[in-house]
Amino acid sequence: MSEKKYWKSFGELNLSESYLKDQDNEFREDLPPSDLDGKGLFDAKTPRRDFLKYLGFSTAAATLAASCEMPVRHIVPYVVKPENMVPGVADFYATTFISGGDAVSVVAKVRDGRPIKLEGNELSPLTQGGTSARVQASILDLYDTARLRYPVQMVNGTFQEVTSFEAFDKLITDSMAGQTGTIVLLTPTISSVTTKQVIADCLSKYQGSRHIQYDADSFSGMLLANEASYGKRAIPSYRFDQAKVIVSLGADFLGTWLSPIEFARQYASGRKIDEKAPGMNRHYQFESMLSLTGSNADERFSHKPSETGAVALALLAAVGGSVTAPNLSEKLKAGINKAAKDLLAHKGNALVVSGSNSVEVQTVVNAINELIGSNGTSITWDATNLTRQGIESDFTSLVADMNQGRIGALLICDVNPVYDHPESKNFIAGLAKVKTTVSFSGRLDETTELCKFVLPSPHFLERWGDAQPKTGTVSMMQPVIAPLFRTRPFEDSLLLWSGNKTSYDDFFKQYWTSKLGGHEGYEKALQDGVVQRVSATEPLGSVSTPYASGNASIVSAAASAISSMKKGGSYELVMYQQVSMGVGAQSNNPWLLELPDPITRATWDNYAMVSPNFIKEQYHIDLSDHNQSDRFESHPEREVIKIKANDHELTIPVVAVPGMPEGVFAVALGYGRQSADPKNTADYIGIAAVGAGKNVFPFATSNGKTTEWMATDVAFEKTAEEYKIAQVQVHGSYEGRTAVIKEMNLSEFVKEPEEILNDRKEELAKYGGIENFDTEGTLYPYYDKPGIHWGMQIDLNSCVGCGACVVACFAENNIAIVGKNEVVRYHDMHWMRIDRYFTGNLADPDSIQTIFQPMLCQHCDNAPCENVCPVSATNHSTEGLNQMAYNRCIGTRYCANNCPFKVRRFNWEDYMGADSFPNNQDEQGVGKLNEAVLMMNDDLTRMVLNPDVTVRSRGVMEKCSFCVQRLQDGKLRAKKESRVLTDGDVKTACQQGCPTQAIQFGNINNTQSAIVKARKDNKHRLYHVLEELHVLPNITYLAKVRNPESEEKV
Amino acid sequence: MIFHIYTLIVYMHHYRLSAFRISSIFLFTAFFLFFGNFSMAQDGKALFQSDCASCHNPIKQVTGPALKGVTARVPDQKLLHAWIRNNAAVLASGNKYFNDLYIQFGKTPMNTFPQLTDPEIDAILKYIETYPEPGPGAKGPNNGPSSQVEESDNSLLYGILTLILAVIMLVLLQVNSNLKKLSDDKSGVPSSEPIPFYRNKVYITFLVLVLFVVGGYYVVQAAIGLGRQQNYQPEQPIFFSHKVHPGTNQISCLYCHGGAWDSKMAGVPSLNVCMNCHAAINDYKGEPLYRENGKEVDGTGEIQKLYSYTGYDPKSGKYTEPGKQIVWIKIHNLPDHVYFNHSQHIRAGKVQCQTCHGNITQMNEVKQFAELSMGWCINCHRTTKINFPDSAGNGNKFYSIYERFHQNLATGAMDSVTVENIGGTECQKCHY
Repeated sequence: MSEKKYWKSFGELNLSESYLKDQDNEFREDLPPSDLDGKGLFDAKTPRRDFLKYLGFSTAAATLAASCEMPVRHIVPYVVKPENMVPGVADFYATTFISGGDAVSVVAKVRDGRPIKLEGNELSPLTQGGTSARVQASILDLYDTARLRYPVQMVNGTFQEVTSFEAFDKLITDSMAGQTGTIVLLTPTISSVTTKQVIADCLSKYQGSRHIQYDADSFSGMLLANEASYGKRAIPSYRFDQAKVIVSLGADFLGTWLSPIEFARQYASGRKIDEKAPGMNRHYQFESMLSLTGSNADERFSHKPSETGAVALALLAAVGGSVTAPNLSEKLKAGINKAAKDLLAHKGNALVVSGSNSVEVQTVVNAINELIGSNGTSITWDATNLTRQGIESDFTSLVADMNQGRIGALLICDVNPVYDHPESKNFIAGLAKVKTTVSFSGRLDETTELCKFVLPSPHFLERWGDAQPKTGTVSMMQPVIAPLFRTRPFEDSLLLWSGNKTSYDDFFKQYWTSKLGGHEGYEKALQDGVVQRVSATEPLGSVSTPYASGNASIVSAAASAISSMKKGGSYELVMYQQVSMGVGAQSNNPWLLELPDPITRATWDNYAMVSPNFIKEQYHIDLSDHNQSDRFESHPEREVIKIKANDHELTIPVVAVPGMPEGVFAVALGYGRQSADPKNTADYIGIAAVGAGKNVFPFATSNGKTTEWMATDVAFEKTAEEYKIAQVQVHGSYEGRTAVIKEMNLSEFVKEPEEILNDRKEELAKYGGIENFDTEGTLYPYYDKPGIHWGMQIDLNSCVGCGACVVACFAENNIAIVGKNEVVRYHDMHWMRIDRYFTGNLADPDSIQTIFQPMLCQHCDNAPCENVCPVSATNHSTEGLNQMAYNRCIGTRYCANNCPFKVRRFNWEDYMGADSFPNNQDEQGVGKLNEAVLMMNDDLTRMVLNPDVTVRSRGVMEKCSFCVQRLQDGKLRAKKESRVLTDGDVKTACQQGCPTQAIQFGNINNTQSAIVKARKDNKHRLYHVLEELHVLPNITYLAKVRNPESEEKV
Repeated sequence: MIFHIYTLIVYMHHYRLSAFRISSIFLFTAFFLFFGNFSMAQDGKALFQSDCASCHNPIKQVTGPALKGVTARVPDQKLLHAWIRNNAAVLASGNKYFNDLYIQFGKTPMNTFPQLTDPEIDAILKYIETYPEPGPGAKGPNNGPSSQVEESDNSLLYGILTLILAVIMLVLLQVNSNLKKLSDDKSGVPSSEPIPFYRNKVYITFLVLVLFVVGGYYVVQAAIGLGRQQNYQPEQPIFFSHKVHPGTNQISCLYCHGGAWDSKMAGVPSLNVCMNCHAAINDYKGEPLYRENGKEVDGTGEIQKLYSYTGYDPKSGKYTEPGKQIVWIKIHNLPDHVYFNHSQHIRAGKVQCQTCHGNITQMNEVKQFAELSMGWCINCHRTTKINFPDSAGNGNKFYSIYERFHQNLATGAMDSVTVENIGGTECQKCHY
C-alpha cells in the first residue's frame, strides 16, 4: 500500500495554522447571550439580574407552554374506507420517475394516502433497484409550495385563475379559432408509448402541425453522428459491464450522462473485487474539469475544453485510424497512447464514450469504437436509448418560424427554453409573436410566465402514464395520490382539443389492456411497474453492426473539421451538470440544494471551479503553502470574478479544486433560476431557488447545428466582491488519525493481498489479536449481543460518490434542511455524508486522485459518545445499535465532542418547527434561518415527513440510527410470521438507494447472512475506520483498489 | 372441570379398582354431558354472532329473513346444512323454496360458509330456535352494575386526626413555654418577653419545612403528571357503548378495530363498518343506558345519529344523502416521540386488549384505563414473558436465534425470557 497523504482541504494538506487551531478547538460556538461585547457580565446588555428574570420567566413560560392542560385531539375515520388500505401500514406502488427525458422505474411508499419515499424498482432491467439523488429527492417536488394550483390565464399582465377546466378549454378553443398559423407542440424527449400515440393522433387533426422535442442537455451531436455512421438516428445501449477498458472523453457517465444509474451499476459490477482472482476494469478519463466520473478514474488526464475534439482525434489516430494526430501536449499524448494501447489490447472488451455534443467528435468516437471492436459487445443496438431524441435544429427552425409569425399556437409542456436555451432572447421575442401560447408546466417558470394560458400538469406521482427509456423496456406509471391541486395531464387536453372525448386515463388503460393481452396482463404490468419486450414497442433494431464502410469519408471530414477548430484563448469555460441539480428542473428542491457537490462539497450555489494555480497567480496565495492557504480557505467568503464570453458576462465566486486544469473555469448548469421580474421568483419558481447560484446557460457556444457546453475564449476580471460559499467537510477533523482511508493499486493487491490484514494483525497483536481485540483490548466489560447484531459493510471500490444515499437518508429520517446560513456555520444535519479526499501533487492536476468515503455513525460497540453523556441519552442496545433518545437529550454536546468520526449532528435551531414555542424560529441576527428552511415547514411540505420517525426539536443531538424504524419493522414482520429474520427483511435507506450496491447490511450473528459472507469473502480488504481506538465500529469498509496502467504514475 | 379431576384423583387413592371404575365412568359421563351441552349453547351463540348476525336476526327480518322457525320451514336437515354451507349450489340445483326466497330478498346472495361443521350448524340452529320470543318478559342477560366494593377513603379522617394532633401539640408547646416562664420567674431567673408563636423561629422553620415537603411533593407529582390523562373520559359525538357492543353482543374487538391486527394503530372503524350491522339494527332494546352523570341515553336516538352521519334512510334502506365524517375525540394519546405498535403487542406479544384498555366490555363511555406512562410500559416489559420457543418447537421461531437464552433455560440459569431480556427496555425500541 502506497504511503499517500489524503486530505480534504488545503489546510489539512499544509497543516496550516487555522486548520490546527480548528482542530484543537473544533467545537467553539458562542453561547447566548452573545451581546457581551467583551465586557463583564454586569456591564452586558443583559446583566445578571435580567438574566435571572428571564430565566424565571422562561421556566414559568415553558411550564405553561408545555401545557398543564392537554389539548383535545380528534380521530376522524373514513366514511367508507378504501378496501385494502390500513391506516398506519405503508403500501408500495410501482411507478416511474420522469424528469425531462429521464425515466427511472421506482416504487413509491405510500403511508396513509401520502407518498413519502421512493425506492428503485428492482424489477427494472436498467436500474435494478438503483436510484439517484434526483430520483430520491423528487418526492419532495410533489409537495413543492411553488406548484401552480389551478389553471390561469394572462389578463392585462397578471395571471388570473380560470375556475374550471371547461372554461379553460373554451378559452383555448376561442383563442385558436380562425387562426391560420401552424400549431406546434414543444416537449422534452417523450419516450412514452401512449403519449406519443396521443400526440400523433392529435396533431393529425391539424394540418401542418408538428411536435418538437427539446432537450436542455441535448444529445443532438450523438444522434446526428450515429445517423451518419450507422444510418440510424438513435443512441445505442452501452454496456460498461462488458468493458475491461473504459475511456471516457469528458462523459460524466456515473453522474449525469445519459443513464447514470444504469451505467453506475454496470461500472461497479466491473470493479467488484473477487479476492480469489482479483481483477477489474480500467477506467481512463480525459476531461477539462474534475467530474464525478473523473474522480473515480484509474487514470485521469485533463485538457482544455477547446482540445476536446483534438483528444478524440488523437485517440483515433493512436488506435489506428487513418487520421493525423493533432498537436497536443506531451503529457496528454502519452496518456492517449497509453489508453490506445490498452484499448487495442482489449479489443472487443473496450469502450470509448464521449460527453461532447459535437457531431464531429461523436463521429470520431464512433470510428474509435469501430476499431476497438466495441460494436456489438460493449455497444449494442438491439435496444436503443430513447431518453434523448431532441434535435437542436428543429428547435432553431421553430424559433425562426415563431419570429416570422408562422406559428399560430405553441403548446409548451415541461420545457423551459427561456431559462435553459443559450439563445433564449430569440425564443422570447418569438413567443410574443405567437397568438396562442399554452403552457402545461407545473409551475410558473421562466417560459410559462410568458405564456397566455397555463394549465398545470400533475406531478408524476399523481398521474397515469408510461415511459420507454429503452426500446423493449416500458416502465408504467400509476397515480399514488389523488391530485393535490387542480391539474390535468396535457395528454387530456390534447385529446379533448382534437375532439376526442376519451380521457387519457381511459386511453392509457385501453391501450395497454389490448397490448398486454387483457386486464390481467395490464394489472400485472402496473403491479410490476416494468414490462419488457412488448409487441407494442418499436421494432427491435438489428444486433449486428450496421457501421458502414463508407464512413471513412465522414470520419476524415470530421477530422478536418476538428483540426480546423479555433484554438482556445488563455482562459476557457466549461459548463457541467451536478449530480444534484442537473439542468435545473428540480431547482426548488432544498434536499438537492443542500446535497453537497461530491467534488467541491459546496451547497446551495454554483461557482467557478478553478485550479489552485489560478489562486496563486491571481490572488498570490499558494494553496500548498502552510502559511498562505488559510487566507483563501479558513473562511466561507470566496473571491468573486467577472467572466465574459460569448457576449455575456457574469460575476461568480471561485472555488479552488485540485485536479482542475490550468486556465479553465468550470461552472455548473442548473442554477440561477429567476423570473422576468426577480421579485416573483419566490412565488413562481420557488423560495429555495431564490438566490441559488447563477445561470450559465447563455455562455454555451452553438455552431448552428449543436450546442457545446463550453466557451473557448473567456475574459475575466477580478472584483472587490466576496461571496459566501457554504462548504461542508472543511470542518470536522480526524485529529491527525490517518488510517481512515485505505487504498491500494490492483498490482499491489495481487502481489501482497494480505497487506491490510497483516497491518491490522500487527497493530492489534498486543491486544489479543483481531479475534479477541473486542474483549481483551479494553478495561470495560464486554457485553454480548444475544440475538441480533447489526452490521454494515461499505465497499469503497463500488462507491462512486453520487449522493443517492444521502438524499435517501434525508427522506427516510426526516432530516432537517438547515439552509445556507447554517451550513456556513457548519450546522449541516446530514446523518450520512460522503467524505471526499484528495491525494496527489497539487501542482499537477493529472496526479490528483479522489476518494469517496460514505461516513455515518459507526455504531461503535465501545462507543466513546455513550460514556460521556451525563443523562445517558445515548447508549447501547443489545443489538449493537448506538441509540439516541432525543427526548432525553439535554444538549450538552459532549457526545459530539467525543466522537472520533464527527458524525453527530446538533439541532442548533428549531429547523423543523418541532418545538411548542411559537416564536422559536424568529431569530433575527445570528442564526436567522433562510426562507427555504421555513418553506420546509409548510403544511404542504411537511406531508413528506416519515410518520415513524420523530421530528427533532431544537437543542438535541441526532445521528444515524441504522434506520431503526426499518429494523423494528423487519423484525416485527418476521415475528408475526414466526420465523427467523432473513436478509431481505431489512434494508437501510442508504443501502436501498445505492445504485452500485456499495452498502451491505444485516445481522452479523447469523452466519448465513449476506453480510457475514461478504466479510468472509473480503477479509483482505476489510478494515474498520480508526480500529486502533478500540471503539469497535459495527461498520466495516473494504479498501479501495485502483487499477492504473503503470506504477510509475502513483 | 378441575373439581371433577380432583375428585377423580381422590377416588383413585381411596377406593378399590371396581369402585373406581364405576365412579369414574359415572363422572366422565356426567362431565361430558354437562360440557357437551355447555359447548353447544356457547358455540351456537358465538357462531351466530360472528357469522350470521351481520345479516340475520332470529326474530326480525333484516338483510336476510328472520331465522326462528327455520327448522320447521325447512324440515330436510341435510338440505338446510347444504344451504348454509354453499347456498349457490342449492340455488343452482333449482330448489323452489330457496329460489323463491332468493327472489323475495332482491337476489342478494348469501355468503357461503364452507368451513362450518355439522355440529356447529346444529349449534347455531339450536341457538336460533331457543332464542326467546320478544315480549315484556324477554330481557338480555343481566349485566348489572359492577359489584366492586368502593375502597373507603380514610385520608379525610387522617387529615382531621393530624390537624387535631397538631393543635394539641401547639397548645402543649405553648403550655410548656408558659410553665417554663413561670418556673423561671419563680426561681428568679430573668427571662425575656415571651415571643409569640408566629414569630418563633422554631415554628417558622418547621412550618416552612412542612410547606416545602408537601408543596414539593405536589409540584413533583403534578410535573410528572403533565401530559398524562389517566381516566380521561370525554363525551363523544355519538354515545357508542362498548358495554353493548363487545360486552352484551360479544362483537370481537378486531371486527371494528381491525387495524390492531395489521398496523401500529388500532384505528376507529370507518362508518361502513358500523353500517354492516346497523343497516339492519335500527333500534336499541337493551337495558337502559346511562351517562356518567346519570343521565339516561336514548340508544335508538344514538343509532339515528349514525344514520344522519352516513346519510342512511332506515325506512327505504337506502343511502339518500352523502356521508359526513364523525369527529371522535381521541382518548389514548402518546407523545410524538413514542412509537407504539398495536400489531406488535397483540400478534407478536399476544397481549389481550384489556391488559391496557381495562375492562372495556363494561364501559359505556370509554375512559383511559392505563396511565400510559413510560414507567407503566417498562414495568410490563420487565415482567412479561415472551413466547420463547421451547425444545419441542412451540413458540415464536423468531426467537430461536437467541442461543444464549436457550442454553440458560436448559441449564436452569433462567426460568423464562422476558421482553426486557430481548432488549424490550432499550431506548430505541420505542423512541426513534
